[in-house]
Formats: sequence, structure tokens, C-alpha cells
Amino acid sequence: MKKPQTQNDQQSSDLQMANSRRRFLKTGGLLLAGTSVLMYACEPEALMDENLNVADARGSKNTVNLGKGDVGILNYAYVLEQLEAAFYTHVMDGAYFAGAIASERKILEDLYNHEVIHREFFKTALDSMNIPNGRKIPELQFDFSAVDFSSRDAVLQTSIVLEDTGVSAYNGAGDLIENTAYLLIAGKIVSVEARHAAAVRSIYLDDPTAFAGDDVVDQNGLDLASDPRDVISTVNSTGFIVEKIVASALPKK
Amino acid sequence: MNIIKFLDGFASENLTSRLSSRKNMLETMGSLGKKAAIAAIPFGLATGKTYAQNLKKHEAPLQLALTLEYLEAEFYMKSLESGVIPGGSRAEKIYMQISKHEDAHVALLKSVLADAGADIDSPEFDFTAGGAFDPFNPENPDAYAQLLALAQAFEDTGVRAYKGQAGNLQGTPYLEPALQIHSVEARHASEIRRLRGLDGWITLNNRGEGMPAATQPVYDGEENVTQAGLDLTMITAFGDVAVSQSFDEPISGDTAVAIASLFIV
Repeated sequence: MKKPQTQNDQQSSDLQMANSRRRFLKTGGLLLAGTSVLMYACEPEALMDENLNVADARGSKNTVNLGKGDVGILNYAYVLEQLEAAFYTHVMDGAYFAGAIASERKILEDLYNHEVIHREFFKTALDSMNIPNGRKIPELQFDFSAVDFSSRDAVLQTSIVLEDTGVSAYNGAGDLIENTAYLLIAGKIVSVEARHAAAVRSIYLDDPTAFAGDDVVDQNGLDLASDPRDVISTVNSTGFIVEKIVASALPKK
Repeated sequence: MNIIKFLDGFASENLTSRLSSRKNMLETMGSLGKKAAIAAIPFGLATGKTYAQNLKKHEAPLQLALTLEYLEAEFYMKSLESGVIPGGSRAEKIYMQISKHEDAHVALLKSVLADAGADIDSPEFDFTAGGAFDPFNPENPDAYAQLLALAQAFEDTGVRAYKGQAGNLQGTPYLEPALQIHSVEARHASEIRRLRGLDGWITLNNRGEGMPAATQPVYDGEENVTQAGLDLTMITAFGDVAVSQSFDEPISGDTAVAIASLFIV
């Protein structure tokens, strides 16, 4: 799926690229699905399995429905962890990381490690849960063409947003989880996301209180917490995830 | 594409609009506490015991939380008053920000527990832990290092203690605010650790360079690499160092009390 984007990258200035990416996303939904079927067609066995996923879990072509109940919340976490892991994978390959000072390289490398581990954890845990094939969340496709990975500003600003979003998302999902074991897992991860958020804010923002700044901690000393629908709506609007994520069946308060 | 505008959109109202709704949290928590208390007094025949029985599920975790917040709030206040932290330093600004949050946590928890008729008195603290430390004494050459080490121990304990109570608060209106405090403690922990030259996250059960041996119970168990029955060193390409960093571990209420008790008279 990266192929069309790579061609865009090569042909365009940043601005043109962003524009063409938008056009591509608007008009290319069918094209994307078509391409994936073509790709799978090269491997007959994969065609069988993956076609089920495309047809069912993705619903109408390139949408991914998180589903309901605790599994829906786990899927939600899996999507967010896939997003973070994909972002840091790009960071590792980018020019900013290659030339960054040692302390910043160390932080970004650790964040990459942690987010990939979170992603693999959810993938394996969900795989073990007897979810019908068509309802499993696929490995998502990402488009970070709007992020200049050679720019410290772009990389660290995006990192801060993703980490704060992670904190906000896990905090807002806690009330929606029924299984206490899953609540504990979410608790084990959210504090690591908060440690990340604090570290990146601290190295990037020119304010010694930014690690837990007044923009994220309110006057009652409470951190961000957002409803999954709001988080997914915002995530969808970034275009980072090629598929449209549907959160409508998730539990409500 | 303008990256700033783009990121502004991402971090927009959706993620911050709850600030205004959280302004009501204090009220909400207070009024819910009152409702619970009223419900606990059928036909006006209630006794103190009835309160306790009806509020038991969340009262104990919230009282533990209040104890830890009292500990932290008094610690940061005394640290800032001690003259040990260089005036105008980055460390002072960090301590002031954390102090503000711990004071707010105390106020919030006191309000909830007071409405429930629960005990909200602060314990009496001894931050020398019986003479082991002398953190507020400008004459003590180790005072500043001790202030930082104690802050790290308190914050990492706070993260683990709140995590350990999440299950006990499940199904109550107090879970979400507790989670919101929990992640603030984690932000604090990360910053204090980095101020001390460590990573913001915990590796294995390492308490880290310069941490007194007495703080080891704060870190015991953090070396866990198995989550939901999955050994993550087996299903990922990463070893125990990265895996242990990726998940913070809870401590029980008893362990949290035992750690806090080192500083309670």
C-alpha cells in the first residue's frame, strides 16, 4: 500500500504532496481496496484469509469497526498503539533521528521500543481471544506524508500530541471497561504513556512546567481524559491512518 | 501543509474540552458523595457504621490516596520552604508545579471523603524516616540529593499505588478522576527521574543511581515481563529491559501503606 504514496513523495514538493495526498485519500478509497486485493491476488492463500478481513472487519471497503464491549476497547487500544508504533518506526528511519543529540535519540528509541511492544501485546492478546476472523482488527496502513521526519519540530510536536492523546484515551476508556484484568492492563500502559508525554514535553517545550503543564492538567490536578469517539474522530481527521476507524459501537458511559 | 495548524487540529477541543467539564468534577464528586451518604441513612436510623459499610468499596482506596497525597503535598511544601533548592532554578519550578498538583489532589480527595463522613485528618509525617535523611536542612550537603531521591520514591510509589486501587474503584464515579491523578503522578515521576539523570521510565526493578537502599520496595516487582499470561520477551523482538519499561506494575494497598509508613510518625 505504500507504493502510491512513495510515488507522490518523489514527484512533489511537500505542499503539493499534501494536496495530492488529500485528493488521493478522497478519491482513492476504492483504488486502495482494489490495490490490496490485487496484491493479495499474487498469493492465493493470502487471498482467502485476507479477503475475509477486507470484506468483513473493514465493512465497506476501507473502514475498520472497533466493535463493542471490552473487545471493542481492546481494539481501540490496539489501533492507537499501532498508530504510535508506526509513527516511531518512521522516526527511526528519518533524518532528524539520525542526527539528533544522544539524549533525544535515547528517548525516541525507547519510545519506539515501548510502543512496538504495546502493539505486539495487543495483537497477540486479541489473536488469542477467539474473535471471528471478520471482526479482527487488521494491521492498519499509515500515511505520515504530512510529517517531515527530518524536522525536530515536526517529530517532537507530533510525538507530544500522540503521547498526550494516549494518556487522554486510556484515562477516558477506564470507565468503559468491564473486565478488571483489562482495566489493570490499561493502567499499566497509561502511566508509561504519561512518562513518555512528560519526557518529550520536557525536552521540547520551552517551559520547565511543561512535563505536566497547565494545558494538560487542570486546576483539580487532573490529567486529560477523552471519550473514545472524540479521540477516534480526531485521529480520523489527521489522515495518519489510511482506513477510517469506526467507534460507534463502543460502550458509552 | 502547515504542521503547527495540523497539530493544533489534532490537539484541539476534542482533547481539551473536558477541561471545562472537569471543572465540574469537584462538584460532581462531592454531590455523588452526598447522595451515597444520604442513601446510606435509610429512615434516619443510620449510624456511623452504616456509612462505613455503604462507602466501604471506594472509601478505603480513597483514604489511601489521600494519605499519599498528604505525604507528597507536605513534602513539596517543605522542600520549597527549606532553602535547599536553588532559587529560580529549573528544579524549583518543577517542584512548584508538582506542589500545586499535590495540593489540588489533597483538596479534591478531602472534599469527597468529607462528604462521605470519612476521616480526613492528615497523618503526622517525619521526612527524616527516623533519622535516615535530613532533606530540609540547608546545612546538610546531601540535602538536595535527598530531596530529589525522596521525590522520585514518592512519585513512583504514587503511580503504583493508584494503579493498585483501580480495580477497587471500578464501577464508582471515582475511577476516572483516580486515573486522571494516576497519570499526573506518572508525569511527575518521569520529570523527577530525568532531573536526577535517569530515564523517565523504570527498568526492571532498578531503583536507579543514587537511590537509597531503603527505597527498593518501591521498585520490587517492576521487573515483570508477563502481561495477561503472555511473556512479552517471547512474543516480541525485545528483551526484559525494554519490556519491563513498557508496563508499570501496581502495588497492593498494604505495600503502599508500608512504604508510606516509613515517613509517618
